[in-house]
Amino acid sequence: MAKLSIEDLKKIKESVQASVTLREGGYRAKVNIHMGTCGIASGARQLMTAVMDEIQKRDVKDVIVTTSGCAGLCSREPMITVELLGEAPVKYVDLNADKMREIFAEHVLGGKPVEKYALAVGSETTF
Amino acid sequence: MATKMFRSHILMCAGTACVSCGTFKVRARLEKELKDRGLDEEVKVVITGCNGFCAEGPIAVVYPEGIFYGHLKPEYMAEIVQEHILKGRPVPKYFYKEPVKKEAIPRMKDIPFFGLQVLRVLRNRGLINPESIEEYIAKDGYVALHKALTQMTPEQIIAEMKESGLRGRGGAGFPTGDKWEESRKYNRFPKYVICNGDEGDPGAFMDRSVLEADPHAVLEGMAICARSIDSHEGYLYVRAEYPLAIKRLNLAIEQGRNLGVLGKDIFGTGFDFDAYVYPGAGAFVCGESTALMYSLEGKRGMPRAKPPRSAEAGLWGMPTVLNNVETFANVPQILINGAKWFNSLGTEKSKGTKVFSLAGSVNNIGLVEVPMGISMRSIVFDIGEGIKGGKKFKAAQLGGPSGGFVPEHLLDTPVDYDSLEATGAIMGSGGIVICDEATCMVDSARFFTAFCVDESCGKCVPCRIGLSVMLKKLENIVGGKGQEGDVEFLDDLGRHIVRMSHCGLGQSAPNPVLSTIRHFRQEYDEHIRDKHCRSLVCTPLIRFEVKEEKCKMCGLCMKACPSNAVTWEKKKPAQINKDLCTKCKSCIRACRFWAIE
Repeated sequence: MAKLSIEDLKKIKESVQASVTLREGGYRAKVNIHMGTCGIASGARQLMTAVMDEIQKRDVKDVIVTTSGCAGLCSREPMITVELLGEAPVKYVDLNADKMREIFAEHVLGGKPVEKYALAVGSETTF
Repeated sequence: MATKMFRSHILMCAGTACVSCGTFKVRARLEKELKDRGLDEEVKVVITGCNGFCAEGPIAVVYPEGIFYGHLKPEYMAEIVQEHILKGRPVPKYFYKEPVKKEAIPRMKDIPFFGLQVLRVLRNRGLINPESIEEYIAKDGYVALHKALTQMTPEQIIAEMKESGLRGRGGAGFPTGDKWEESRKYNRFPKYVICNGDEGDPGAFMDRSVLEADPHAVLEGMAICARSIDSHEGYLYVRAEYPLAIKRLNLAIEQGRNLGVLGKDIFGTGFDFDAYVYPGAGAFVCGESTALMYSLEGKRGMPRAKPPRSAEAGLWGMPTVLNNVETFANVPQILINGAKWFNSLGTEKSKGTKVFSLAGSVNNIGLVEVPMGISMRSIVFDIGEGIKGGKKFKAAQLGGPSGGFVPEHLLDTPVDYDSLEATGAIMGSGGIVICDEATCMVDSARFFTAFCVDESCGKCVPCRIGLSVMLKKLENIVGGKGQEGDVEFLDDLGRHIVRMSHCGLGQSAPNPVLSTIRHFRQEYDEHIRDKHCRSLVCTPLIRFEVKEEKCKMCGLCMKACPSNAVTWEKKKPAQINKDLCTKCKSCIRACRFWAIE
C-alpha cells in the first residue's frame, strides 16, 4: 500500500471540509426557502431539492440553505430570499425548480440578481 | 469526489452524561421524524463527543444557525422537526434559559457558559464526529504529526515544547518539554510513551470528555512525543469506568492504522509508532505514575520511591514519558501554531488554557476551558452563573482528594499553578466542586479523608495508619464527640503525613483537612465546643427543633416528613415530635427559612 502523504491528508480534508464549514458559520451566501404551509403547498419542496442538487453537482462549499416560515405574501409562493454576504437580500417570487436553478447559477454563484423573478431588494438581513 | 451535501446538520452530544440522560432515544425519534417528513436526505444527524454543557443534557445543536436545544426528550422531536427543520422557525420553549432572569437564549455562542471559554484542547468538542478520522483531518488533524516527522528534528520539537511553557495537566504541573528532554537523554531502548487517563478524582471528568470528543488529538500528541524521544510504542491507561472513551480510542487507533498515521513507516518517513489501550482496574492510586506503570506491567499497582524518575527508568525499567490526556491533546496545536501562539495566553508561569469540570451546587454544571489566570470568581459566577437555588457560595473544592478549598474571600485568586497552591488548594487535574452554605466543611474533609483511606495502597505507614487516625478523629467531631485539641492534633498529624508519605497520594491526602482547618477553623470549633453544625449536615449535632421566630408557618416540613413526626396547623409554628422523628432530615431539606436546627 502506498504511504499516506500530506497531499492525501489535504484531499481528505477538502472532501469533508464542506460539512465542517457548515458548523463554523464560514459561508458566503445563504438561500432561504420560505417553507410556511403556503410555501410547502405551492411547491417549495421542489425548490429545496433543486438547490441541494445544484450544490451537490457543482461541489459548492460556501453556500448554506435554510428554511423560514411564511413571509406574508402567500399568493406569490413559492418564495426564496437570497442573501450574499455584505449585500442586501433579494426576495424572489412565483418560483419553480427551473427558475430556482437559474437563480442559483446567476445570483448565488454569479453574484448578479435575476431581476425578472425578483420581487424586491429587502432590508431583512439575517446574517 | 464531493461527499454528499446536507443543508443542515444536527449535532447531538453523545458524551457519557448526555447518553445517560437518553441521547440515543432522542436520536432515534429525531431520525424517525426526519424520515417521516422526507428530510433524511437533506438533514444529517451527527453524534459528537461531549459538548461540555452537561447540566443541559441531552443536547442538540442545529447548524447552520447554531441553535442550541437542551433537556431534550423524544416527544419534543416532532415539534422541533416540523417547526424548525421544515419551516425554519426555531422552537423557543426548548431553548436554554438563563438561570436568573429565565430568558431564552437561542444561539449557542450567545450563552455565557460558552461565550467566556477559550477552546483549544476542546476545540473540536461537539463539532466533529469523534468516530470519524476524516472529520478530525478536516480540522487540520495529523498535520502536526506530519510536520514533526518531515520538517522538525526531535530537538526542535522539544525546544518548541519548552518554549511553549506547557506544564503537565495532570495536576503537578511539571514542565512537559523538560520531561521529554530528560527522557531523550537516555540511550536505552525501547522507550515508551504513556497517556494517563486514570482520572480518579471524585467530580472530575475532563479526560473522559477529551477522549470521548477528540480521541485523535490525544493519539497525535502521543505520536509527536514518541518522535521526540525516539519511542515506537505507546499505551493509554484509561480507567475501566470509561467504556465509551475506551471504545472510541480503540476505534480511533484502528482508523489511524488503516490510514497510515499510526503503525509502520508513518507518512513514508520510516518512523513507526503504535498505541494500545489498557483499561485500568479501578484503583485510585494507579493514577500515580509509578503505580500506573506497575499496573501496566501486570503487577499490583503500588508506587515506588523516586528517583529514578520515569523518564530514566519507567515502564519495564525503560525510559518513559508519562503525560496526562489533556497535556497530549495540547501538543498538536502547539506544533501547528507555534510556541508563541500557545504562551500568548496565561500567566507568567502557567501558559495556555486549562480544562475544568465544574460540578456541585452551581447552576451550569459542565466542562469548561478557560485561559490560565482567569479568576475563580469568574468561573463560578460568570461561566457557572452562580449558585443553584439562590443559595450562598461557601467554597470551591479544587483537585479532589489531593486538593483543598478556596473560600469566598480568596475567590479573586487567579487560576494558575502557583497562585492556587498559595491558597492551600492545588490546580489538580481540573475538578472543581462548588460548595454552598448547606455544605459542612468538616464533613467534606471527612468525606475526602475516607476516600483516601479506602484508596491508600498500604505500602507506607504515614498514609496507611496516619490517614485512618485522622479519619477516626474527624468521625468523632462530626459525631458530636470532638474534644479540645482535636484540631491541633489533626493539623499536626496532617503535616507529618504530607512530609513523610511515599507517593503523591499520601503527600496530598491531608490537604482537604489542612485547608478546611486553615479557612474554616470556626466550623471545627462550633462542632467541638457548641456541638453545632451550621450547615445542618452532621445529623448527631442537629436537635430537630423548630425555631419559632424563623418559622413562616408554611407547613412544608410537615408534608415532607415521612414518619408523621411533624405537627402543624395553619398560622402556628410547626412542632417536631422527637419520639417519632427518625432524623432523616427531610424537613430540613424542605424548609426554606433555616427554621429547623
